[in-house]
Amino acid sequence: MNARQIIDMLVGDPQADRAVPPTGITARLTVFVAAAMAFLGVFALALSLTTGRVADRWSAELAQTSTLRISAPADQIDAQTRAAMTVLETTPGIAAARPLTDEEQRALLAPWFGPDLPIETLPIPQLIEIVEDGGGYDPTGLRARLQAEVPGAVLDDHTRWRAPLVAAASRLRLLGWASILLIGTATAAMITLAAQSALSANTQVIRVMRLVGATDVYIARAFVRRFTVRTVLGATIGIALGIIGLLLIPRSDVAGGFLTSVGFAGAGWLLPLLIPPLAGIVAFIATRAAALRTLRERS
Amino acid sequence: MIELEDVGYSYGGAALYGQISLTLAPGSFHFLTGPSGAGKTTLLKLCYGELFATSGTVRLFGQDARAYGRDDVAMVRRRIGVVHQDCQFLDHLTLAENILLPLKVAGHQGEAASDLNDLLKWVGLTAQANQLPPELSGGERQRAALARAVIQSPDVIIADEPTGNIDWDMSQRLLTLLIELNKMGKTVLIATHDLNLIRLAKSQVSARLLRLKDGTLQAGVAL
Repeated sequence: MNARQIIDMLVGDPQADRAVPPTGITARLTVFVAAAMAFLGVFALALSLTTGRVADRWSAELAQTSTLRISAPADQIDAQTRAAMTVLETTPGIAAARPLTDEEQRALLAPWFGPDLPIETLPIPQLIEIVEDGGGYDPTGLRARLQAEVPGAVLDDHTRWRAPLVAAASRLRLLGWASILLIGTATAAMITLAAQSALSANTQVIRVMRLVGATDVYIARAFVRRFTVRTVLGATIGIALGIIGLLLIPRSDVAGGFLTSVGFAGAGWLLPLLIPPLAGIVAFIATRAAALRTLRERS
Repeated sequence: MIELEDVGYSYGGAALYGQISLTLAPGSFHFLTGPSGAGKTTLLKLCYGELFATSGTVRLFGQDARAYGRDDVAMVRRRIGVVHQDCQFLDHLTLAENILLPLKVAGHQGEAASDLNDLLKWVGLTAQANQLPPELSGGERQRAALARAVIQSPDVIIADEPTGNIDWDMSQRLLTLLIELNKMGKTVLIATHDLNLIRLAKSQVSARLLRLKDGTLQAGVAL
């Protein structure tokens, strides 16, 4: 198909369109399917992009920090903290280390015990936040030194839970893209069925059109344009509803950070606008292939 | 213009014809008769490219029909006006839109209006231009089908039982239109059972009578 034929298709031929009578059920079915698929497509796209963002953020935030926990009797905890700080300050690859204040530790425990926890009177371990420099430190070497000099210290470099979280986020992102692919394929299949149904319902129209000298491309054009326009219309409705749905998700950083951040960021909100033209292209290809194949089979 | 040379045609392995030969010369007028089931409609379809012979050669405008591609067949049909007994209209379009359909399909938008008015006047359907086909009488539908068949000024007019559903007065009127077309140089081939129509035509025009029977085509037979 050349550029001229594509322009002709988009501009349309009112007479060719008129030759095919409106078929209510397939028209409504196509618009509904396109709207539903676009709606799902918006969510799949949002899920995919959100998991991507979250995975990147988790990686960035966790990759550069570690935590040292010092569990010791109350009368030894200050001494072990000082010893640990000495070890950390002399360890290559560590940019900074500092013990968390009582207020910071209270804030960490607040979700479980409330804001008024008398932290001073409880045997709570002392946490030390470690910030790595660009090259990072050697965790095995650091653990060996700490074991020798600070017996109550436990180093948590976040590897244990960072890796599966990032892997899960990456897998979710992949599933999101797979969903978009499946939605596109299902859309093409449904539109193909609807187009074939419309062609079957218009056998007489096809016979008459052929009788008066219409080529297959001319006959197909009326069906193709109609289904493409309906699909674009349905997809536009679907993305509008999908975007409204995303905007209605309550935003909050307090709990469920991932769930409440599902959506698009910045220019990402423009991405759903690509769905109607892409759906139109899918509809165009699917309907044209179905129409030309059916016309060939009926010759 | 249209030539059939030793043409055979089979439906699902059962031979309808053996070896049929026929030539439709430019400006000639033919009637095709024969009992029901003899294959008259099939023969007409072979002549306008809707069916392809299972043996022998059909030449449409000098070229073997089998050599035509799908688009070529569509182009051939623009040179052959066809009138069916059941007219084959698009019932959701007005009479005018149906008659204009061949021009629109061929991409000739400009000359449509003047051609349409002339044709509607010629077939006496000016007042019915905006009516839908189901609202017309049998005779009006047949005349409209003829108007649609000739709007592109085809070289050949093929009519399959055009008077099968209309009364004698209307049949005469339709025949008059077909004879006028023949006098304008168009080749005319009409399949019919109506011997009175053939007699009437032969009194006004030099028409050849073809008879299809038992798988053979007899040319120039007497009524």
